[in-house]
Amino acid sequence: MIELRHVSQVFSGRQGEVHALDDINLEVDGNEFVTLVGRSGCGKSTMLRMIAGLLKPTSGTITVAGEPVTKPRQDVSFMFQRAALLPWRTVLDNVMLPVEILRLDKAVHRERAHELIELVGLAGFEKRLPRELSGGMQQRVSLCRSLIQNPKVLLMDEPFSALDALTREELSVELQRIKMEQETTIVFVTHSIEEAVLLADRVVVLSPRPGRLRKIVEVDIPRPRTLGHNAHADRVTEVSAELHELLVPAPAGGAA
Amino acid sequence: MTSETLGRRRGPRQGPSLKDRLTDWGLPLLGLVAVIALWWAATVVFSIEKFLVPSPVDVVDAFIGQAGYLMAQTWVTLLETVEGFLLAAVIGVPIAMLIAGSRLLEKMIYPLLLAVNAVPKIAIAPILVVWMGFGQMPKIVMVFLLCFFPIVISTATGLKSTPAELAELVRSYGASRMQAFFKVRFPYALPQVMVGLKTAISLAVIGAVIAEFVGADAGLGFVIVQSGASADTPLAFASMVLLGIISIVLFYGLSALENLVLPWAEENR
Ligand SMILES: Nc1ncnc2c1ncn2[C@@H]1O[C@H](COP(=O)(O)OP(=O)(O)OP(=O)(O)O)[C@@H](O)[C@H]1O
Ligand SMILES: [Mg+2]
Repeated sequence: MIELRHVSQVFSGRQGEVHALDDINLEVDGNEFVTLVGRSGCGKSTMLRMIAGLLKPTSGTITVAGEPVTKPRQDVSFMFQRAALLPWRTVLDNVMLPVEILRLDKAVHRERAHELIELVGLAGFEKRLPRELSGGMQQRVSLCRSLIQNPKVLLMDEPFSALDALTREELSVELQRIKMEQETTIVFVTHSIEEAVLLADRVVVLSPRPGRLRKIVEVDIPRPRTLGHNAHADRVTEVSAELHELLVPAPAGGAA
Repeated sequence: MTSETLGRRRGPRQGPSLKDRLTDWGLPLLGLVAVIALWWAATVVFSIEKFLVPSPVDVVDAFIGQAGYLMAQTWVTLLETVEGFLLAAVIGVPIAMLIAGSRLLEKMIYPLLLAVNAVPKIAIAPILVVWMGFGQMPKIVMVFLLCFFPIVISTATGLKSTPAELAELVRSYGASRMQAFFKVRFPYALPQVMVGLKTAISLAVIGAVIAEFVGADAGLGFVIVQSGASADTPLAFASMVLLGIISIVLFYGLSALENLVLPWAEENR
């Protein structure tokens, strides 16, 4: 579904060049859930923005569904760390924003918007303004908005990191459920090892400066997964330990 | 800002309570009554001459004595004020859009705007009279000159303050420039536009009066100049009170409009 071939990104800033990403090769299958972890500044957001067509790679090629990415695609959705809702629009109208911009059928998608809003547990809040919602509720609205046009690919940049631990886990579980109900390929950036293991089929570990693909860890734990009690706690611990080791190298050097 | 505090301040679907109403209207009224009482007391206690500082009663007398005349003059000033203000809004907002939309135009227009704004408007007033005579036109232009700058600056600032994440959001859906503007940038700037309009409306009345001082045959500013010449201080005071009322009414009118149109804006109580 997504393919990165020798992708590099170099930013020329005021203090010379920054090699944000260096020779990344990655393939993500259809309906796969990939999480992307790495230290701050190792180029995770940059990678996502390139896949979304918001940023051109300095070199290398990116394809989505077999087509080279040159600009944002209708079947790729981006979800940000912050909810980024329009404060003057109601919950329903916020969810409908992509439909308006993409000029899709409004009646059909309004149905779908109501379904999605119900799916994330916000039924009855359709007419509320974002300021009347809690942070977690706003992020749910943002999730609905990124799903409204039935994207084939969902790119999520630390979408739950601003939330408290419980809300975060709740949303993670919900996301898995939604993904089971409809086929979507998801690339999910997170700082949380727990979250990465909980959600992913594969965890991609990046190393910083320059951002390189360090390792890909398969997570072969049956779904649905939860963090609390479960039968696979040993395996979860094992994978988490491995990731931890990769992310936090032995002492000496390596600023965060 | 939590939803809880918001809920308390502005419930989802309920008007202001009686207590809110009382504090909204009662407190300003109380302040007004107190000031008038002090003013009255001062004129009585120090037995100040009427032509120096008239008492509130003298002012009311002056108003009642020439109510028809004063209302007509008020109407003249009000029209000048509103026309000049609307003109500034109608021209200022599109210019702000140009400034916000193009670095090139911004570089061209901005210094010019700053320079024009730096000229003391009172210095222009006589020239306007020379150009346009004693009619309404120079007053409208003067009001326009005072209102234009704050409207342009505020609107341009608002248009340029779109959060990066919202800009990126619409970009990620491949929105055109037009779509990005009308769906996000412009609505996002509206509270800031309102700030500009509210600043401008307070200046508008001042502009009208300045212009009337310099050369006019009607308007409250004209009345004040005339009554100064004949030492009819109570009449001057009555005119000033009317000017104050015009300002307040216009300002709160705008605020009410804002509450109606932009209920989502943080600024609103
Ligand atoms: N537009 C830009 N111009 C210049 N440098 C940039 C730009 N965007 C990112 N960078 C640099 O590229 C590197 C990677 O940035 P990126 O935002 O992708 O990191 P990240 O992995 O998402 O970090 P975090 O986990 O903190 O979000 C950083 O060193 C950053 O300074
Ligand atoms: Mg990032």
